[in-house]
Amino acid sequence: MTETLTLPKPRAFRPATTEPVLVKWALIALVLAILTVLLFAPLIAVFEEALRRGAAFALASLSEPDAQSAIRLTLLVAAMTVPLNAAFGIAAAWAVTKFDWRGKAWVITLIDLPFSVSPVVAGLLFVLMFGSNSALGVWLVANGYPIVFAVPGIVLATLFITFPFVARELIPIMLEQGRSEEEAALTLGASGWRTFLTVTLPNIRWALLYGVLLCNARAMGEFGAVAVVSGKIRGQTTTMPLMIEMFYNEYLSVAAFTMAAVLALLAFVTLALKSALEWRYADQLAATHRH
Amino acid sequence: MHLRSFAIKSPTPMPGWGLSFGIMLTMLSVVVLIPITVLLWRGFVGFGATGMWEVINRPRVWNALELSFRAALVASLFNLVFGVLLAWVLVRYRFPGKRLIDAAVDLPFALPTAVAGIALTAIYAPNGVLGSVIMETFGMRVAYTELGIWIALIFVGLPFVVRTVQPVIEEIDRETEEASATLGASRLRTLTHVVLPMLTPAALTGFALALARSVGEYGSVIFIAGNLPNVTEIAPLLIVIRLEEFDYDGGVAIAIAMLAISFTLLLAINLIQIWSRRRMGAV
Repeated sequence: MTETLTLPKPRAFRPATTEPVLVKWALIALVLAILTVLLFAPLIAVFEEALRRGAAFALASLSEPDAQSAIRLTLLVAAMTVPLNAAFGIAAAWAVTKFDWRGKAWVITLIDLPFSVSPVVAGLLFVLMFGSNSALGVWLVANGYPIVFAVPGIVLATLFITFPFVARELIPIMLEQGRSEEEAALTLGASGWRTFLTVTLPNIRWALLYGVLLCNARAMGEFGAVAVVSGKIRGQTTTMPLMIEMFYNEYLSVAAFTMAAVLALLAFVTLALKSALEWRYADQLAATHRH
Repeated sequence: MHLRSFAIKSPTPMPGWGLSFGIMLTMLSVVVLIPITVLLWRGFVGFGATGMWEVINRPRVWNALELSFRAALVASLFNLVFGVLLAWVLVRYRFPGKRLIDAAVDLPFALPTAVAGIALTAIYAPNGVLGSVIMETFGMRVAYTELGIWIALIFVGLPFVVRTVQPVIEEIDRETEEASATLGASRLRTLTHVVLPMLTPAALTGFALALARSVGEYGSVIFIAGNLPNVTEIAPLLIVIRLEEFDYDGGVAIAIAMLAISFTLLLAINLIQIWSRRRMGAV
């Protein structure tokens, strides 16, 4: 005689350290909805507005002389700012992490300072230093070196805005890596430069690239600080973001959004490279980027 | 010879001190220190504290400063709550497209503010995709009102809290939550009484960063704000207007007021952070 034993159907089991499934999916849906409204919708709008009158019309707006000179100027400013910023970042990280000295905490605070200064105030700083109402500015203009309403002012303002980017990426990773590898190289007779190039640089290259990437994105996209120092001279001191504003205010919607779409594409490339670095070389980046 | 105790740096065989310290100090001076000193000198010595106060103590300037800080505070509070939620969803849940969402969180860092500004205006304008829907259902205008400024500042400050809280959630030991559950706490109670306190210091750091960023934000706001004096005119815009009128003293006064309030806020948040670290335990 066999009696089939009917076991009670097991209840759906949920570990004590997770939320109910319904709550989980509700939260995911909420987050996605907010991100759609805040991030994705504006992004789609950029391309939609740019292509409103067709791709050919949009592309034609980019070949206008003003647009062309804005693109060239933005590339020029980035090409000057990013290397200077990288040089500063490497020097600052080396001085901060390889030596013990007084006042280090103050210097680190000062490096971070531009993060909490309004871009407009950043622009104002250089107008005050080199503008027509400062003796230095008048002297420089008289001698043929205008800073404000010219490229040097734009570079200085951009440098201020992007100042902490590379240093902030390098300092944590170099602190973590310590000094022993460099000390070993030096003990084995390597020169200072050789130690830096063959020991330090390979260790920090991905973090450096990460910082440079963010610095470049900000340098090409900076608006407020550049708006104040540039004087917005069409065809001369107008960068791509300033050109967007000009087109927009002149109701040249397609031209404005096409220029914006170019910068949005640059942002995509930046994000893609940044994410690739985070996934591939997580162990060689500052701890906060590892996920 | 024996001045070691007075030296700035302790002795080490590491090379490159002069070069690296020299480059750092030169650039720090040229780009940050001297310009800020010039601003403060111009304000306090050139123009004088009473002169600056007269500039600031006018309704239009006062309203602009108040608007900038109120909007930044509202946006950062939203981002504080939403950022913790988003970080939690990104670390703890699995869903399709998660990696893409994770990467997209940094979009406000990578997207130029002018692009964000015109894009948000396009969709939140009364004839825009979302603007028209909100207008019909709630009878509210978004663009060209203070609400529009909030939206722009929420956009700009979105990544900060997520990125500071995310690594902390990843580090949380599940055993703590298990312990709480075995002691009879409901899931909700575990989250509010065990998990949330561990996240507080990091969340506050992100909040402070978002606040500092959004107080001075200009590019994304001016397109959507409408820029009506006393109503939707933010403080940075007022500085730009003063400069266009060649009223440098006016611009300097507003700039110094903004710096002063930002630093006071940052100091306050730092103190809260120290307090919460002590109370909630170091993270």
